[in-house]
Amino acid sequence: MAKESETVSKKGKVAPRNPLPRRDPKERVRDFEEVALGFDEEAARAEARRCLQCKRPTCVEGCPVGVDIPGFILALAEERFAEAVRVLKDRNNLPGICGRVCPQETQCEKVCVVSRRGEPVAIGALERFVAAWEGEHMPEAGVPGFGTEVPKDRDKRAGDTLLSYELKHRGARGPKVGVIGSGPGGLTAAAELARYGYRVTIFESLHAAGGVLRYGIPEFRLPREILDREVEYVKGLGVEIETDVLVGKTVTLEELREEEGFEAFFVGTGAGLPWFLGIPGENLAGVYSANEFLTRINLMKAYRFPEYRTPVRVGKRTAVIGGGNTALDSARCAQRMGSEATLLYRRTRAEMPARAEEVENALEEGVALKELAVPVRMVGDEEGHVRGVECQRAELGEPDASGRRRPVPIEGSEFVVEADTVVVAVSTSPNPLLPKAEPRLRTRSDGRLVVDPETGETSVPGVFAGGDIANDAGTVIAAMGDGKRAAAAIHEYLQRKRGSGSQVP
Amino acid sequence: MSKFQVMSKRIMAPEVTRLEVQAPRVARKAQAGQFVMVRFDERGERIPLTIAEADPEKGTIAIVFQAVGHSTREMAKLAVGESLANMLGPLGQPTEVRRYGRVVCAAGGVGIAFIYPEIKAFAEAGNEVISILAARTKELLFYVDEIRELSSELHLATDDGSLGHHGLVTDVLRGLLEQGEHYDYCIAIGPIPMMKATAELTKEYGLPTLVSLDPIMVDGTGMCGGCRVTVGGEVKFACVDGPGFDGHLVDFEELTKRKRTFREEEERCRLEEAADELEEESER
Repeated sequence: MAKESETVSKKGKVAPRNPLPRRDPKERVRDFEEVALGFDEEAARAEARRCLQCKRPTCVEGCPVGVDIPGFILALAEERFAEAVRVLKDRNNLPGICGRVCPQETQCEKVCVVSRRGEPVAIGALERFVAAWEGEHMPEAGVPGFGTEVPKDRDKRAGDTLLSYELKHRGARGPKVGVIGSGPGGLTAAAELARYGYRVTIFESLHAAGGVLRYGIPEFRLPREILDREVEYVKGLGVEIETDVLVGKTVTLEELREEEGFEAFFVGTGAGLPWFLGIPGENLAGVYSANEFLTRINLMKAYRFPEYRTPVRVGKRTAVIGGGNTALDSARCAQRMGSEATLLYRRTRAEMPARAEEVENALEEGVALKELAVPVRMVGDEEGHVRGVECQRAELGEPDASGRRRPVPIEGSEFVVEADTVVVAVSTSPNPLLPKAEPRLRTRSDGRLVVDPETGETSVPGVFAGGDIANDAGTVIAAMGDGKRAAAAIHEYLQRKRGSGSQVP
Repeated sequence: MSKFQVMSKRIMAPEVTRLEVQAPRVARKAQAGQFVMVRFDERGERIPLTIAEADPEKGTIAIVFQAVGHSTREMAKLAVGESLANMLGPLGQPTEVRRYGRVVCAAGGVGIAFIYPEIKAFAEAGNEVISILAARTKELLFYVDEIRELSSELHLATDDGSLGHHGLVTDVLRGLLEQGEHYDYCIAIGPIPMMKATAELTKEYGLPTLVSLDPIMVDGTGMCGGCRVTVGGEVKFACVDGPGFDGHLVDFEELTKRKRTFREEEERCRLEEAADELEEESER
């Protein structure tokens, strides 16, 4: 090791974790700019030196895509930043996104050895730093397996990056693979497949790529230039993205296979079907699903209405029902649009499935939290517009299947939370559209596709799936892990299909 | 050729425009009753529009719209050769086209554009189609010749009496039913009050009636739930379960109220446009 670790002194004390600077809540609640600010070089270096460089790094096991975490952190500690980029991107195609939205506290950082003595290494913040450094210093991303010499005949004007040049001239002429959906799973699968040398087309139903990263996660958590850059990176690998195609309606998998020559597919269509509570008054005007509310704001930029033409109605008081990240995102959006947002959650803060950091951010921004509130009815006015949510107070009973204590409503404890905007953010399930259109795709009772847990292969040979359409992890990184594994399985499937001798796709 | 390019343009009636748009994938799959989500430009909203015609060989579809909101006013200004930013489709369930026998098709206003593909499909399936087209005034009637071709009877009605029957589409239908005409199926497409009134009338006669709804929508693929409607006491998403529903079961009251959600925003858009126009005028 080049430099001695500064984490654990001889007395076994742990140096404090370098905090990720965040913008002042009073200031940030007025706009949609990013909340967290990244590390500067000095902070990144200092934090990197807290890493123990464990011989058997448990953090890597905690990472769904198996990033060589000590490897990239060591490069950082030694100020070999380009090397850090290389090591990180070897396993993770979208570090700028993961560094921001991954729940590191339940994954890599949770099992970080340093955390036994104090706070774990800020792996997420370091990942984010590396992605930012790459953006600033390496517009032509360093990708493993490619030379560093820029060929002389490369056409700079055509916008060729070193990588796209390499791919064009190395000849990404392998079989065609279709990727359905451009969310984190689809983007990762596509990038991996392109790196294997396949000709990859992503089909996206919306008008912009990114899936939940685009329509679901607000800009103050994931700035759009970061997302755009990662999407451009995937395109730079030679991946084509065809928007405005809803597979199952615009074209079927069968047609893509028979008529357009696609030999295998990755389905990453996510969990786009919003759940409602099924309580009276839910169809009053002013009641949105979180999907609708966030899509209007994030994808359609309704917060800039009328410059952007999609409206969103946010009243004086917004009640958001739910306790997950989506509920928090909705409440924080409402707060930014000048509304007083209240979260109605049926359990208590301790049971909230949202990331602790985001709960803290939301409360700092003035979002109110009403715990143990179970909505029973929405109240409207004569015009049919929502005016409030009637709730019952609950107490926590025995733990349920999820291990969390079940809320038990107390009879006669009804109260009304005034609200002229209500966002229902209770859950989503897979959009049934594709499985319905492709009856050979077998589904489980919860609507998810039946897949081989190892490979992601569905009941239809050559069709693989991952992310929320197949598993219920519900995180960006889990979808990326699925995409990565499925890409490897697709590679194997296609090689097998072409005969065992063939190495090149 | 750029995607979603306008291949031809026709003014069907004052404020009503028909655009034939290049969209080969959509054209190939489109069936009666389906729609597309259209976005005018990079800042535009996504709006649902029924596919009025589809030509798989040319790879085009036709959309017909009335310039009532910001997006449709912008779209009406598009010239041949220009393009729409986005078009997704075909969406929604195709109409179940069966051979019922005698099918009465009633349309009001721009609903005429949306009933035209239904009339075509039902006539092609061997039904006798009786058409009733209504509008505020005679200039607002269109597709009249095309629909006459496909219908055994064609009735016209105008609110001001400038052509055909002086009155509403339901007056004509009621007259026919009272005369003892028998129909096996009814399709009613138009403004909500018109569909509601038609469904109430046909219910009296036990005549099964299909209506086509266009509630508020964002994605059109079942993701936002903005288009939820109550049909027979159940919540349905018009974009994936519809847009065609049994008119006798639709909760029109709720639909009307939900459609008013963004009334103020629409008004604001309209005022800003008017202000822009005034400014342009004065600059000239």
